[in-house]
Amino acid sequence: MKVSVCIGSSCHLKGSYKILESLKEKIKENNLENEVELSGNFCMGKCNLSGVSLQINDKIHTGITYENLDSFFSENILDVIEQGRNEQL
Amino acid sequence: MRKFDTKVQHLKYKVLREVAREEWKGTLLEKITDIPKRIVPGSEPTMRCCVYKERAILSERIKLAIGGNRLNSNVIEVIDIACDECPVGGYEVTEACRGCLAHRCEDVCKRGAITFDNHQKAHIDKTKCVECGQCAKVCPYSAIANNKRPCENACKIKAISMSETKAAKIDDKKCIACGACIYQCPFGAISEKSFILNVIDMIKRSDENKKYKMYAVVAPSISSQFTYASLGQVVSGIKTLGFYSVIEAALGADIVAAKEAKELSEKGFLTSSCCPAFVDYIHKQFPAFTDKISHNPSPMAAIAEQIKKTDPDSRVVFIGPCTAKKAEFQKPEVHKWVDCVITFEELQALFDSKDIDITSLTDEVLDNASYFGRIFARSGGVSEAIAQAIKEQYLDFKLNAVPCDGIDACRTALLKASKGVLDANFIEGMACSGGCIGGAGCLTHGEKNKSEVDKYGEQAHEKTISEAISVFK
Repeated sequence: MKVSVCIGSSCHLKGSYKILESLKEKIKENNLENEVELSGNFCMGKCNLSGVSLQINDKIHTGITYENLDSFFSENILDVIEQGRNEQL
Repeated sequence: MRKFDTKVQHLKYKVLREVAREEWKGTLLEKITDIPKRIVPGSEPTMRCCVYKERAILSERIKLAIGGNRLNSNVIEVIDIACDECPVGGYEVTEACRGCLAHRCEDVCKRGAITFDNHQKAHIDKTKCVECGQCAKVCPYSAIANNKRPCENACKIKAISMSETKAAKIDDKKCIACGACIYQCPFGAISEKSFILNVIDMIKRSDENKKYKMYAVVAPSISSQFTYASLGQVVSGIKTLGFYSVIEAALGADIVAAKEAKELSEKGFLTSSCCPAFVDYIHKQFPAFTDKISHNPSPMAAIAEQIKKTDPDSRVVFIGPCTAKKAEFQKPEVHKWVDCVITFEELQALFDSKDIDITSLTDEVLDNASYFGRIFARSGGVSEAIAQAIKEQYLDFKLNAVPCDGIDACRTALLKASKGVLDANFIEGMACSGGCIGGAGCLTHGEKNKSEVDKYGEQAHEKTISEAISVFK
């Protein structure tokens, strides 16, 4: 799974550096280093929306904040990976 | 509100604007010969002897605006017919000499070059004179003038001389493309090649950023420019032109500062590598020092590399105050990251070629770099950033930096270093006086520019270099 956090000016000011940092931690905590490829991206063209933009594979998600990151992570990253694992079994 | 320092800049701007206007419409080839008359209408000359000469010179300016002489690899060119062939006599006694008794000029001249005629008026023996200028300094009537060409005066590396036709001539092997002569020539006879057509072409072909994305990397000195609008409006303007995103070169400066501090602590002595004219100067005049140049890319190249790594199909255009960057981006190792370079002057021309009034636009944000990356734009900034990076990385190294702005200061430091008498372990070299804010591609050069850069630095969201570059780890 490719996860890319927008670090352009607008998202940066909305806290994207902090979100990237805590995503790194969450990926480590859940031992997902081999499954998730995390990177930064300079702009996703969603500058005027609230919250930070983040891309998972081909889909752009907006409105991510430090506060809703926990639920976003479980729903869109953790659960999806687990589901994929279960399907393989 | 005044947009430029001089009328020469304004004239150059009008040419760029009109060329760009036609290029957007795809009618440049058709209309190119109409442009001189559009800029100089009527029959009354306002700049030269006649409108025909004015228009002939404008045609030469148009050539530079569309890329200049392809056979000449130097980005700086002389427009021969625009050169007024200023006198080159050096120090000469003028009519203002009153034939006084004191003869301070004679006393101060160590070469015995001053003689007096029957009326006690001074004369300078050119076979003895070494052009030191002491006589001119001591004359109470300021009667001794220096008839030196402003271009030659500006060129601290002495790359400019007089050609057989008396016009200025650049020694392309010596020239470091700093652009000092461009800004100093009162007739606008020296100018740099423009690559605005390449930028317009890239924007048009991007099909509104659908085919590939256009990124503008702006130099931190932009904070002292476009003073008639806000920085946020300038960012909006760049996006209105057709860029997808605007990114601070200062973030590249943060990356460079962190790496350069480490390199310095390992090697023990370095010269900075952010100013391409300074780097070129070392290569050409102090070849023994080339291995002392920091191996880091310039901030422009460093940030462009990051952009290209996240978006390999993108196009990156650097917008800055610098003419030497136009030479730097053509080097293969830089060109793979940076597609084109334009100046603030050219950006203003591009805005107006599309009739974009940036003062009517809403503010957009520009924030990635730290205070330290942003102050690279002014002399002393690199040294401060290196000191900070050493502190942040807990490196065991005591920095003793010598910030040099202007080639004269750079030369002094390099000469001392080559003799082993320089009391410093880091030379911060900037070819322009004051640093990048003194660049030839700036719209305005003012005393307040340094404080504008510092103010912009203080507004940075990230307070340390490590925080600013944390996203690249």
